[in-house]
Amino acid sequence: MSFFFEVLIGGLLSGVMYALVAIGFVLIYKASGVFNFAQGAMVFFAALTCVGIMDKFGLSLWLAIPATMVAMIILGLAIERVVLRPLVNQPEIALFMATIGLAFFIEGLAQLLWGSQVHKLDLPIEDVPLQYLLDNFNIIVSQFDVIAAAICGVMVVVLALLFAKTKVGRALRAVADDHQAALAVGIPLQRIWAVLWAVAGLVAMVAGLLWGARNGVQFALTFIALKALPVLILGGFTSVPGAIVGGLIIGASEKLAEVYIGPLVGGGIEGWFPYVLALLFLLVRPEGLFGEKIIRRI
Amino acid sequence: MFYREAGQFKTSYEADGQILPIRQDRIALFVTLAVALLALPLVSSPYMLSAILIPFLIFALAALGLNILTGYAGQLSLGTAAFMAVGAFASYNFVARIPGIPVLLAFVLGGLCAAMVGIAFGLPSLRIRGFYLAASTLATQFFVVWCLTKIPWLTGHSSSGVITAQKMEILGYAFDTPERKYVLVLGVVAFMALLAKNMLRSNVGRSWMAVRDMDVAAEVIGFRLMRTKLLAFAVSSFYCGVAGALYAFAYLGTVEPEAYNLDLSFRILFMIIIGGVGSILGSFLGAAFIVLLPVFLNILAHGLALPTSVASNLELMTFGALIIFFLIVEPHGLARLWQIGKEKLRLWPFPH
Repeated sequence: MSFFFEVLIGGLLSGVMYALVAIGFVLIYKASGVFNFAQGAMVFFAALTCVGIMDKFGLSLWLAIPATMVAMIILGLAIERVVLRPLVNQPEIALFMATIGLAFFIEGLAQLLWGSQVHKLDLPIEDVPLQYLLDNFNIIVSQFDVIAAAICGVMVVVLALLFAKTKVGRALRAVADDHQAALAVGIPLQRIWAVLWAVAGLVAMVAGLLWGARNGVQFALTFIALKALPVLILGGFTSVPGAIVGGLIIGASEKLAEVYIGPLVGGGIEGWFPYVLALLFLLVRPEGLFGEKIIRRI
Repeated sequence: MFYREAGQFKTSYEADGQILPIRQDRIALFVTLAVALLALPLVSSPYMLSAILIPFLIFALAALGLNILTGYAGQLSLGTAAFMAVGAFASYNFVARIPGIPVLLAFVLGGLCAAMVGIAFGLPSLRIRGFYLAASTLATQFFVVWCLTKIPWLTGHSSSGVITAQKMEILGYAFDTPERKYVLVLGVVAFMALLAKNMLRSNVGRSWMAVRDMDVAAEVIGFRLMRTKLLAFAVSSFYCGVAGALYAFAYLGTVEPEAYNLDLSFRILFMIIIGGVGSILGSFLGAAFIVLLPVFLNILAHGLALPTSVASNLELMTFGALIIFFLIVEPHGLARLWQIGKEKLRLWPFPH
């Protein structure tokens, strides 16, 4: 039984990380209707930039992180300026395809700047089992995973507060509701989008550093976007709580399925199981768990 | 001036309804086909044929398949490579398990298998649309590739999972040299492109476009959504399946599930974006562009003596930048540029 809980907790903790990537998607989708496929590439770019700065200039982690933050903000502003602004009022599908192109561009740029070898990233958090749980319940849970999940949790709370309490947050929600109306009452749409992409870049950085420390900074980080997609389908594209709950469900069920169903069918089902799960769920609720009800008019 | 339909009068409904109503178009098509069939195999080197022309035709067919689904029926799909894989592996199995089956029949049967898989994974499109659908077609991509790696029966119990495609033989005539393979691929692609052109201007094609433009309205005026959408998935998957079979048999020679990864799906999506969404000509132009661009960039990188890692990253960046560029500057792709060119030719040399 302790093995079951070990798998479950491990799954939930990795689910928090999926949720963090998914929140990056939700932020942008909510306020601009762009389904940002480049989120995975941004995660990769952030992690590689941080490691690259440390390697090339010999800076410590605590200097490299602010430098990476600046880089992510510049990237976010550049994306808004170069890609999104000329595409205003295009159909959503065109914007989506533009972000696929953007993903390729960012991946190429990151490797061109910092090289394509696998890097190690050492965060000052040790990857050891939590002693308390090991002693009392005989469950091995990595301390790293718990702290990473806690950092993600803090991020989520900060973002929720940002949305709920600040002036920018209010503007963001107004833009999300109705672009035209927001413009009409004098909300600077383009500045809001720029803020949003910068914030999404920072979220990508946190995700990139945590995942990069776990699995090494390598090209595989871009596939995190593919992990976050079923989370979004499940949780709804417009809901931050949906992204969190979806992340937890996907994370836990993915690991449980891999451990308990995987051996029966030859293993490696982690790749598609979340998608099938999310798909089955969609057949029941087409707008996701917390998504807004879609009303279509002619 | 060169391109003027003035004076071409139609006196019967048949003449008015033909596929290419303008004489210049008909002549151009026949000349293109004649050059492609007769002149190119003679003047091209085997490298040119097997590394550029054959993949170009195969990708064009796959892009045509995706264009039917995305460009004409409006259902965004990221699972194209999965349908190609189904077509390839099904054709392989038909040839391996039924002795003496004509290879073209195996391709058709492989395409039909892909169509059935397409229908199965197209079912969610009845409930969900847009991005949710795009994300869920990724399920097809991962599931099919996983099945092919995990179920040994599908790959003929080959230990490495890599199988060798059989020789293509029709009525005792072996298609084994690059020239012969090219002619076979050209024949299949030209026939299927003609078929698609015809289908898209029939009531089937019109019902797809109605669903694309607004599915709720289409349903209200009496189109049966389920039938229309699933037919689009079936036909599109059939085209992709045949393209996948050709990819395995005529281009790669060997075939493994990993050859049909997400990257291939994206490349075919790029072909239709750059070529023109909702255009048959665009599928061909886009395929030519995406096949030729890496070759061109390679030559350029070689000329500038760039290291290969830099060159491959520059290739990624160029791809990405071009997608964005096309979406911003010319959302209807290369096909639209050709259309503009034709309009200009009509008046040439006068500007107005």
